[in-house]
Amino acid sequence: MFDLDLWREIFQSINKNRTRSLLSGFTVTFAILLFTILFGIANGLNNTFKEAFTDDATNSIFIRSGRTTKAHKGLQAGRRIQFKNNDLEYIKKDFDDKVEFITARIYLNVNATFKNEQSTYSVRAVHPDHQYLERTLMKDGRYINTNDLKNKTKVIVIGRLVAEDLFIKTDPLGKYINLNGIQYKVVGIFKDEGNDNEERLIYMPVTTAQQVYGKNDYVDQINLTYKPEMDFNQAIAFGNDLTKKLKDRFNIAKSDQRAIRVFNMANQTKGVNQMTTVLGIIILIIGLGTLIAGIVGISNIMIFIVKERTKEIGIRKALGASPRSIVSIILIESIIITAIAGYIGLLIGMGILEWIGPSLKQYFITNPSVSTSLVISATITLIAAGTLAGYLPAKRASRIKPIVALRND
Amino acid sequence: MLKINQLHKSYPIGDSSLHVLKGIDLSVEEGEMVAIMGSSGSGKSTLLNIIGILDEAGEGEYILDGVPIKDLTEKKAAVYRNKFLGFIFQSFNLINYKNALENVALPLYYQGMNRKDRQKLAMFHLEKVGLADWATHLPNELSGGQKQRVAIARALAANPKLLLADEPTGALDTKTSYEIMEFIQQLNDEGKTILMVTHEEDIANMCKRIVRLRDGVIMEDKKVTQVRAEQHV
Repeated sequence: MFDLDLWREIFQSINKNRTRSLLSGFTVTFAILLFTILFGIANGLNNTFKEAFTDDATNSIFIRSGRTTKAHKGLQAGRRIQFKNNDLEYIKKDFDDKVEFITARIYLNVNATFKNEQSTYSVRAVHPDHQYLERTLMKDGRYINTNDLKNKTKVIVIGRLVAEDLFIKTDPLGKYINLNGIQYKVVGIFKDEGNDNEERLIYMPVTTAQQVYGKNDYVDQINLTYKPEMDFNQAIAFGNDLTKKLKDRFNIAKSDQRAIRVFNMANQTKGVNQMTTVLGIIILIIGLGTLIAGIVGISNIMIFIVKERTKEIGIRKALGASPRSIVSIILIESIIITAIAGYIGLLIGMGILEWIGPSLKQYFITNPSVSTSLVISATITLIAAGTLAGYLPAKRASRIKPIVALRND
Repeated sequence: MLKINQLHKSYPIGDSSLHVLKGIDLSVEEGEMVAIMGSSGSGKSTLLNIIGILDEAGEGEYILDGVPIKDLTEKKAAVYRNKFLGFIFQSFNLINYKNALENVALPLYYQGMNRKDRQKLAMFHLEKVGLADWATHLPNELSGGQKQRVAIARALAANPKLLLADEPTGALDTKTSYEIMEFIQQLNDEGKTILMVTHEEDIANMCKRIVRLRDGVIMEDKKVTQVRAEQHV
């Protein structure tokens, strides 16, 4: 039941003992302020990590080739390793149960013209799977497909910024762009969440590039993703196995690090995941520590307050106050002070995060903030802490014999 | 009004215990005005505290207004204190952050009376002790005599059957003491039963009966001719 008189009593007590109320409130405000700021900064660190890895599929493996650095099986050092179409087929067949998507890449630089507009761009000649590997999002039209590959059609998919550069008013879909003297039909426009450079690319079928520019079956790079159900250790083992088999295939010494380079995202992701887990644990410990420090602080203050009010409690009891009314008056006062002070701490903390947030970008802290759910749970924790901290001293106060309390001077 | 049979009380001190009250028999009728006297350590304050349900008796029987007071829960004790008893203390025991009116209204709050009635009744009692003009003053803005009058108004507010006073004039000068006694005598004239602890002979003589305690037993219990306080003022 809502007892207006009880609240009046409590607010009078808070108001008339302002120093006491402010001091106890300050402890709570400070604890929550620290809690909010630490949590916000930790969130910011987490955001930075997440942002850095949203671009490409996290289960990717990139394979590149170079020159051998060691003589092996009678072959000299300095031999150039060149991947070809059949290497890709070999990986596809040999690791069929592990590979999810696989694509080749050939890099070209072209001078593109459409009507009077012209500019230079990088071209990647790829397989259709590339779309999933790079997490390319189609804005308009379609991506490279298997028919393009089979028929070696002269089609391209252009990035959003390419379209903006070359086509000022016209819709690029179905138009022809001249790349180094050959006409290509635009069949799609893509966007990419990575960065602007990703949107200045042009994709074409790998077979077309091989026929038009090289008259060979060379491939610059092979990218693949492993099946997502594989865990980190399986993925790392797969990467190692792949490296070993490719080295055997090209007669490369085991210890040769340059001839074939396999870049396995699992190694990276594992590191990042461990890092964020450790970070999360540290955050949790710091957060809990601050809260516990706050709770201990309020408990001390509550014990002090009860001691200070012992005589008043004695007087109230002599005048007929029930133990329950003593408990509620002390407890509710404690809860009100904790809740208000905690809320102020939260607001100040969020304000500070908002204020210093942008300048923290250089310290790898992106958008430091606390979520609404955290705000709510912190407030509930606070009220619970206030209740807990206030209850024991209040209970003890209600049990003091009035004669003992009245003797207290 | 109240009846006490073979009341004992002892306090533990380390391993041994201090036997303060050693078998007290006392009965007080309605409308009496009794002074309990004795040197310090005689047990007079302990007796008053037990009568006031501020402390528990060890052995023996204590019946207040027909209700045996034994093994009460704190909640019950609170109700009896509120309904039967009014307290006046030597050190006034006002709540320092509440003004005179709020202090007087406090026992009414614990009776569950609503705010409006409470303030009206508290004001009535403040008028009775002549402090209506001081209603909104805090205790530290009042003189000792005024504080004690606020305390008396507070003790009266809940309309108790028994008024208990522990050295009510102990912290006051002689002139103010007599003023307070004059007021207490008036209350007795109106029919209130009053029990007070004092060690001052002249104050005790303003009551109608004197009970002398020594070392935890009653030495003397006699009726006296009341000296009216107004003769001294």
